[in-house]
Amino acid sequence: MDLLRFATAGSVDDGKSTLIGRLLLDSKSIFEDQLEAVEATSHSRGYDYTDLALLTDGLRSEREQGITIDVAYRYFATPARKFIIADTPGHIQYTRNMVTGASTADLGLVLVDARQGLTEQSRRHAVLLSLLRVPHLVLAINKMDLVDWSQEVYSRIHDEFRQFATKLSIPDLAVVPISALKGDNVVTRSENTPWYDGPTLMHHLEHVHVASDRDLVDTRFPVQYVVRPKSDEFHDYRGYAGQVAGGVLKPGDEVVVLPSGMTSTIEAIDLFDQQIPEAFPPMSVTVRLTDDVDVSRGDMIARVKNAPKPSQDLDAMICWMTNEPLRPRQKLAIKHTTRMGRALVKDIQYRLDVNTLHRDQDTKELGLNEIGRVQLRTTVPLLCDPYTKNRTTGSFILIDEATGVTVGAGMINSGA
Amino acid sequence: MTAPATHVDYQLSQLDQLEAESIHIFREAAAEFEKPALMCSGGKDSIVMLRLAEKAFYPAKLPFPVLQIDTGYDFPEVLTARDNWVQRLGAHLVVARVEDAIANGVVVDDGKTSRNRLQIGTLLNAVEENGFTALFGGGRRDEEKARAKERVYSHRDDFGQWDPKNQRPELWSLYNGKLHGGEHMRVFPLSNWTELDIWHYIGHEQIEIPSIYFSHTRRVFNRDGMWLTESDFNPLKPGEQVVEKTVRFRTVGDLTLTGCVESEADTLDKIIDEIAVARVTERGATRGDDRFSEAAMEDRKKEGYF
Repeated sequence: MDLLRFATAGSVDDGKSTLIGRLLLDSKSIFEDQLEAVEATSHSRGYDYTDLALLTDGLRSEREQGITIDVAYRYFATPARKFIIADTPGHIQYTRNMVTGASTADLGLVLVDARQGLTEQSRRHAVLLSLLRVPHLVLAINKMDLVDWSQEVYSRIHDEFRQFATKLSIPDLAVVPISALKGDNVVTRSENTPWYDGPTLMHHLEHVHVASDRDLVDTRFPVQYVVRPKSDEFHDYRGYAGQVAGGVLKPGDEVVVLPSGMTSTIEAIDLFDQQIPEAFPPMSVTVRLTDDVDVSRGDMIARVKNAPKPSQDLDAMICWMTNEPLRPRQKLAIKHTTRMGRALVKDIQYRLDVNTLHRDQDTKELGLNEIGRVQLRTTVPLLCDPYTKNRTTGSFILIDEATGVTVGAGMINSGA
Repeated sequence: MTAPATHVDYQLSQLDQLEAESIHIFREAAAEFEKPALMCSGGKDSIVMLRLAEKAFYPAKLPFPVLQIDTGYDFPEVLTARDNWVQRLGAHLVVARVEDAIANGVVVDDGKTSRNRLQIGTLLNAVEENGFTALFGGGRRDEEKARAKERVYSHRDDFGQWDPKNQRPELWSLYNGKLHGGEHMRVFPLSNWTELDIWHYIGHEQIEIPSIYFSHTRRVFNRDGMWLTESDFNPLKPGEQVVEKTVRFRTVGDLTLTGCVESEADTLDKIIDEIAVARVTERGATRGDDRFSEAAMEDRKKEGYF
């Protein structure tokens, strides 16, 4: 059984929580005590039906306000797949949460209300999923029961979205007409949409092909930890532990250690107490080299003829996540793969309007939840790739050194 | 790993993916924090953590101690399993006792507060005394609503408290381990595992877990709809009667509060079958401490609960 991580975006009004509740309920992932609690709450609030949205309301303050304010993770499984949902709030003031949820997603699920059609919010969700390079997108047109299951409504929204998506990077798009409340086309095929010959939402989630989304060509192995047992039995053992970020590693491969540029050969790849013939993303392994070269945490093992260029000047898209704005000359801590350093903000080139894709070049700063193109200079060379090539070696976070808080998320366009 | 041979299709099963992610988290935290410790109750989740930590640093030993909060009301079978694991791994065990914390006035036993709650003060005191900067915990996001929003690296202020509205954003697999004096981090390597994943993994790895998870005969009595074990720590109230039942435990904790379920599942395969069709969450079924209010877990977490 494999794994699909997907992010959902939409507001309470779009029926997102109801849809997630429906996926959990119809895949039998809701337990009786959870359902009873939700039924009791619905009853005590005087609702006519069980509000499935209550299943996913986590924190007390959210329940009190009836909104989602943070990313919540949900789990369910069918015989075909295990699913991890990153459930993110839809409003613009929570852009940072949507970016967070999308950062680990294989697929993005955008919900629209069939009566409203595409809104500014749904366009923004698509823009963010595209920016975060989420390779698969599903547009679920919800509340079809309220537009009499009209094929014309479905086609109009579908066409409008497809036109908008041409400006984005969305390699795979599916558009499904559903009613989350009634369950149509969520898990079971609806008799109300004879004109729709695509899969149900669940069928699509179970079968969408994600295996090709990884980079199995460009070998990238960020060293996390040096394993040195210092025991009698393993006296001379020296292994470099990490999670493969790209490509395939095999014993016998000629490799280069960055940033030093020293070359060596892979002697063995250990997975616990076994030696394995190859390692690929996202395996966590321990690599041993034939030579006694100096390798430490933060270094990267790559192929001699295919290695990232160590770079201290970055051109990146940054999503700003804190109240105090990002300004030129600001100094921040940066974490990229397993490497920590400091970064200086050299220039803010433009602020991207995530609703219109307009680039505001006159901007002097990036505020909370704003996204822009920024030039950084780092104290240590980073071993990076463009984010479009590798989501692991192309991403970084920025940390406020005074408060220790994560204040920015970066996606590298290029290093120089 | 299910198949160490060549992966022709370069696919990992979901269990292998979870394992790889958890190992990554262990290595990251061990590299970034000055003084981490692994919190171990001896329950199934902490045993899976021990297994993952073993794999993460093999052939070296665990580069951090194992910390146990001894409530004084622990099941003896659980302590046995814990001791076997610690011995096999050659790990360093630190035990903080609620009894000692009561004797030293660190926490107050008013006769009404559960041992689970008294663990909080005992734990925070142990963190301070030992100078731990990070604690690995076996919490899973599927356990409870309040956990669904918990980060893998969950920041605690200098009072050991969790502020759910002010959590650090957590993106990709880039964890932020920055701390100030007095603060510490809770690290949850099992965040993305479900109860069923834990059981599949135990079955796959064939590792030792406390015998009380398997079906056995036990003298129990019913309190508030839960079957509790007969014990000197748990005097019967008027009207309660001890009966013999064939039971097993789905979670292990303070034995005065942890209920068992009637079950014939005496092998891992049977337990997995039972869990796969279970209709009640493990906490709903067997944990008195989560029942007090809808937000019980959220409140305890804010105070510094595991």
